[in-house]
Amino acid sequence: MASLISYLNLEEESKRKKLWKTGYELRDRNSRPETSWRSESEQRIYSTKLVDALRLVRRNPSAADMVSSFREIREAADRVLAVEAKGRTRWSRAILASQLRLRLANNMKHKRAKVTGCSRPKRLEKKRFSPTLQRKARLLSRLVPGCRKVSFPNLLEEATDYIAALEMQVRAMTALTELVTGPPVDRLGSTSNS
Amino acid sequence: MSSRRSRTRQPGCSRISDDQINDLVSKLQQLLPEIRDRRSDKVSAGNVLQETCNYIRSLHKEVDDLSERLSELLASTDTAQAAIIRSLLKQK
Repeated sequence: MASLISYLNLEEESKRKKLWKTGYELRDRNSRPETSWRSESEQRIYSTKLVDALRLVRRNPSAADMVSSFREIREAADRVLAVEAKGRTRWSRAILASQLRLRLANNMKHKRAKVTGCSRPKRLEKKRFSPTLQRKARLLSRLVPGCRKVSFPNLLEEATDYIAALEMQVRAMTALTELVTGPPVDRLGSTSNS
Repeated sequence: MSSRRSRTRQPGCSRISDDQINDLVSKLQQLLPEIRDRRSDKVSAGNVLQETCNYIRSLHKEVDDLSERLSELLASTDTAQAAIIRSLLKQK
């Protein structure tokens, strides 16, 4: 909770609100600079912020806390990743929104429940897509956060960005565990891929 | 490229061009290690979608495993935290 609040305080409130509102209005992706998830600097930013967040995670040696500790770490990793996207993508806003809903549901005056349902569902041109393709697109839309009702091209764009971000997340977290344990474990195996 | 201004049969729905879709599909294709390594041009959109789903699922699993590992490491000793932070600071 404390770590979430500290991240919320990082940006001024008005700036944050503007991001939330205008994020849904922005449809023309060409005008928005994209996050380069492959760059080393992005990964370093992510690693540093993740360590900051991990510092605040409760650490208790008891077995009962293992599950909640894992949950907190997973959520912190996702939250830091989503924040780094700076509101440019739907999946990142959806991650933050769902975490906010879970944690602050009782305290928040402005209900953010409509966050992911804000866009009008765009109808697919049905003659273009076969049922199998539609089914696979639906599967994909369930995997990418916040993309259940977006149009097919939107979905592909979100998925593209989401995959790049996830890869960075894996690289960064792998590097972190290597720092502590020592011997390298080959995950994605890409150190020269920036 | 804005194709929204062209006439559409369905009012309120933007026309999605074939080129746009193919472009996005091929961009996605480039990201997928399975398909990229196979170096085959005969990859259907359905294939790409399927591989995308599989890849995202496997990435999710990786992150879960890494989270669990980190949680074990952090729980085991307090000095682990200090070690992480020190190493990160050294890299700068």
